[in-house]
Amino acid sequence: MNLRRDVFQAIADPTRRAILLLVAAQSLTAGAIAANFGTARPTVSKHLQILTECELLKQEQNGREIFYHINAKNMKQVADFIEPFRKMWDDRFNVLEAVMKAYQKKNKEH
Amino acid sequence: MERKTKINAEDGKQDIMITREFDLPLELLFKAFEEPELVAQWMGTKVLKLECKKHGSYQFETTDNKGNKHGFNGVFHEFIPNTKIIRTFEMDSVPFGVQLEITEFEKLTDDTSKLNMHVIYESVAQRDELLKLPFAQGLNWAHNRLEELLKTLK
Repeated sequence: MNLRRDVFQAIADPTRRAILLLVAAQSLTAGAIAANFGTARPTVSKHLQILTECELLKQEQNGREIFYHINAKNMKQVADFIEPFRKMWDDRFNVLEAVMKAYQKKNKEH
Repeated sequence: MERKTKINAEDGKQDIMITREFDLPLELLFKAFEEPELVAQWMGTKVLKLECKKHGSYQFETTDNKGNKHGFNGVFHEFIPNTKIIRTFEMDSVPFGVQLEITEFEKLTDDTSKLNMHVIYESVAQRDELLKLPFAQGLNWAHNRLEELLKTLK
């Protein structure tokens, strides 16, 4: 199994990213997670299944309920998690380059 | 296309390295960090104060699309033109603590240059929180964009 590819696919979906962020804050039951979304409960269950299968989430039995929590060890291995951070700096530096090229051109003309 | 900006963040460490090569002469790249009007342009922020000297301080303020103001501030520990900037960076009224930024400017050719930014956070946990922040924001932006798209489709 290509875990990395699966993980990437798992976090490519906005709902699954939202679930990860929710569960990152605190362990929750499937019902509590579903309550945050406008989608049907089975849809959320499917997302939870995918996230559990690629080991981003872990299930833990607590009494009669199952709680989902973040598999921190695996999350850290997800380099893609910092991709938006990289993108933020890349965008920012692209603007810097454009701004300075315009500045250079303006000063050459004068 | 090759990724221009690289981030090196090792597991379990409290620092990161950001590197980027620019199609700009070294002096021009450095100027982007020195001139208040230029900083304001590429950072998309209001520059309230920018004292480019050792022990000088700076204050920026950005306004998000909801009209909320976010302040940033810090102090220069070192400011060596075309070579190196060491400064602290702190966001006002958020519990992310202070970070130390060591930025080195390097000439590659007459027309190209390189930036190395070493950022040190207070703890591993804090670094990881901040690294994940754009991920969380991206989620909000994605939702907002979707909403806008839906509006145009109506």
